[in-house]
Amino acid sequence: MNRWLPQPLLSLCLWLVWLLLANSAAPGQILLGGMLAVALPLGTKRFWPDRPHVRRPLRLLVYFSVLLWDIVVANLTVARLILGPVRRLRPAFIRLPLDLTDEFAIVVLAHTLSLTPGTVSADLSIDRRTLLIHVLDLDDEAMLIARMKQRYEVPLKEIFAC
Amino acid sequence: MLELFTSLFLLIGGVFALIGSIGLARLPDLFTRLHGPTKATTLGVGGILIASMLHFGGQGNGLSVHELLVTLFLFTTAPVSAYLVARTMLHLSGKSVDTGTGRQGISDKETS
Repeated sequence: MNRWLPQPLLSLCLWLVWLLLANSAAPGQILLGGMLAVALPLGTKRFWPDRPHVRRPLRLLVYFSVLLWDIVVANLTVARLILGPVRRLRPAFIRLPLDLTDEFAIVVLAHTLSLTPGTVSADLSIDRRTLLIHVLDLDDEAMLIARMKQRYEVPLKEIFAC
Repeated sequence: MLELFTSLFLLIGGVFALIGSIGLARLPDLFTRLHGPTKATTLGVGGILIASMLHFGGQGNGLSVHELLVTLFLFTTAPVSAYLVARTMLHLSGKSVDTGTGRQGISDKETS
């Protein structure tokens, strides 16, 4: 298992992406996709020195569904802010102290924050402990940080077990 | 009936893409402008893609799903480009995460 499928999750993603690209579920495509899903991770093994340790793949699905919903809400929020009086916006930088240690988990968190209401991640400190975030309309910094940690970081911590 | 929904989603997508562009024009500086393309446009493209799925799915050639991939790639690349732009701006002004933050933003805190 581990020898031929060093990264089961990556293989699964590749296979699904291939089927989506081909836009069909014909046996030939399933087989071809499967071959690619095995060959590509094997060929690129060197580029993944420490693979992400996904402990709970199912929780990841839950996380992504929450995220999808939040993206829709984020769009509405930002649309309202853009169309409202621009001068009343209170843009600011805030620093989010990170509890995550896994690099991949931090990437997922930074992406999540960029896609959700009013925040864009802008920089990561050299020691990887702090994420610099730009907020479009800052109301209460402590509350925002608590919300981000509770909604995204805690589940990610569980999923990646770090 | 299907055409009605297709048009509806096209309209929603168009409106959000428009709002994203308006944001680009209206917002005061580079960092606030980043918020437009990372968010409002994702729903814009999303709406148009749903319309595309409905339209081509309704033509009897089976389900059309590769639009989902466009969404996936958009969601993974939009934050990266925003991050790159933001980071370039920070480096150009000689600031980083280790300098000040707060309501005034980095630059104000630096000069005071």
